[in-house]
Amino acid sequence: MAELRVQIAGVTLENPLIAASGAFGFGREYSEFYPLSTLGGISCKGITLKERSGNPPPRIAETPSGMLNSVGLQNPGVERFIREDLPWLREQGTRILANIAGNTPEEYCEMAEILSGTDVDLIELNISCPNVKQGGVQFGTSCAGVEGIVSQVRRFCKKPLVVKLSPNVADIGEIAAAAEAAGADALSMINTLTGMRIDIRTRRPILHNNTGGLSGPAVFPVAVRMVWQARQRVKIPIIGMGGVSCWQDAVEMLLAGASALQIGTVLFTDPYAPVKILDGLRRYLDENGIAAVPDLTGQVRPYGKEG
Amino acid sequence: MKRYDVQSCRIAAKREIAPGIFDVWVEAPEFAAAAQPGQFAQILVPGKTLRRPISICDAADGMLRFVFQVRGGGTARLAKDSAGDAWDILAPLGHGFSLPARGGRALFVGGGIGVPPLLFAARQLGAGARAVLGFRSRDGVILEEDFARAGCEVAVATEDGSAGYHGLVTGCLDGPDPDAVFACGPTPMLRAVAAWAEEKGVPCQLSLEERMACGLGACLGCACKLRRDGREEYGHVCKDGPVFDAREIVWEVE
Repeated sequence: MAELRVQIAGVTLENPLIAASGAFGFGREYSEFYPLSTLGGISCKGITLKERSGNPPPRIAETPSGMLNSVGLQNPGVERFIREDLPWLREQGTRILANIAGNTPEEYCEMAEILSGTDVDLIELNISCPNVKQGGVQFGTSCAGVEGIVSQVRRFCKKPLVVKLSPNVADIGEIAAAAEAAGADALSMINTLTGMRIDIRTRRPILHNNTGGLSGPAVFPVAVRMVWQARQRVKIPIIGMGGVSCWQDAVEMLLAGASALQIGTVLFTDPYAPVKILDGLRRYLDENGIAAVPDLTGQVRPYGKEG
Repeated sequence: MKRYDVQSCRIAAKREIAPGIFDVWVEAPEFAAAAQPGQFAQILVPGKTLRRPISICDAADGMLRFVFQVRGGGTARLAKDSAGDAWDILAPLGHGFSLPARGGRALFVGGGIGVPPLLFAARQLGAGARAVLGFRSRDGVILEEDFARAGCEVAVATEDGSAGYHGLVTGCLDGPDPDAVFACGPTPMLRAVAAWAEEKGVPCQLSLEERMACGLGACLGCACKLRRDGREEYGHVCKDGPVFDAREIVWEVE
């Protein structure tokens, strides 16, 4: 039997599959289907220092092979997360990534400091939310912005720090390198791509926020490309995500350079997707005589420039 | 059974009961036993990312009944399936109607494709109930006999006057005062019904609709503004609803 365990920044995950932030809440709804220990980890719904009510509806629009969302970081705030959700989550036998977003660098730092005093396993710095006016993506789209926020948070963060990158940038390799240089222990990528749909009858955008984040199979090739490009620029592990929907996608993302994976949108199509992806991945490893997941990471054999 | 789960369910019967409106019974003994009036299911559409939320119209004899309208590519695809085909169904979901003890007089108010979500509740509260069902025109009228068989006194309204009362369904609300009102339909209708019930001092429950992703309360996509404990906040149609007490809904201004 192949070894499914992986290590991210010194934290051992029982398998490489992590529920992506925003798709999984704090896990309770999905625990009805299977024990959450089925998953290597859970990245919690993005939390902010204070409670946020989120954007007005509609927040969801379907797209070819995917969807747009503009939830806008609706969450109960860090204190209630720690009091009401974390104790329950801790009992589920899986790794916990606390995904944090802020309006200002100071808020990010304060949250990193607060969460460093709890038993979350990793902190995922969300500098890539496309659906809020402040605190999301404006820190994540320039090298200077990334370097600034990551290095500041680094001083307050005593947990392994994962930086979640935005795909809405010109050169993902530069951004990845900036995050690593500023002290990130790992990267997770990609967040959603900014998109828009319009109702041709009313001439109104479908989303009340006008624009939203595109996810699902439609973004998968973009995510593979970006993970592959980032892999060539950094030494720290990359948690790959963006449209991973089946075990074949999982293998592909690992080959591109991911050390672990997050899945989100596919859960809406099939809540049992994690179970199926892990079964398929295990079979693929066994059938191909691959001893462990890390043996796949970054093993794509790209063509050389001369073809 | 789990509170909700995914199962592959064989279609037992399918019929087009009005132009573009389909009546489908699926074999689902566990879902049928667990389902409550007002709950819904998320049905997988091959090739689509998001499931389609469809209200449970009825549950009986180990089967679930869905009556849905073709609105786009997803529902059109579902309408192509027929007896013997299987649907991948996530159910039963959401918070349904809170039914009062029998004996009270219920008023059901349905508008168009908002009529089916009321039938299951009407079958439990039928005797002595009134059902006021509104449609655009005669050929869109659905489930009139079903409500009658449930024991309801049925009034049909059509906007073009081609059947029953000529006008909006809200024009035939007046009658013996009900003890409880249950409504589903377009937003202007729901607002009017809620206002009418408020004036009469009658408790009123409304079934809402919103664009939805997970259907479970995890993704927070299907937001609706609620007033709870004196403060306004976004609740979610899939988990807090689809049925809400009319007094807690904060209607958005267009």
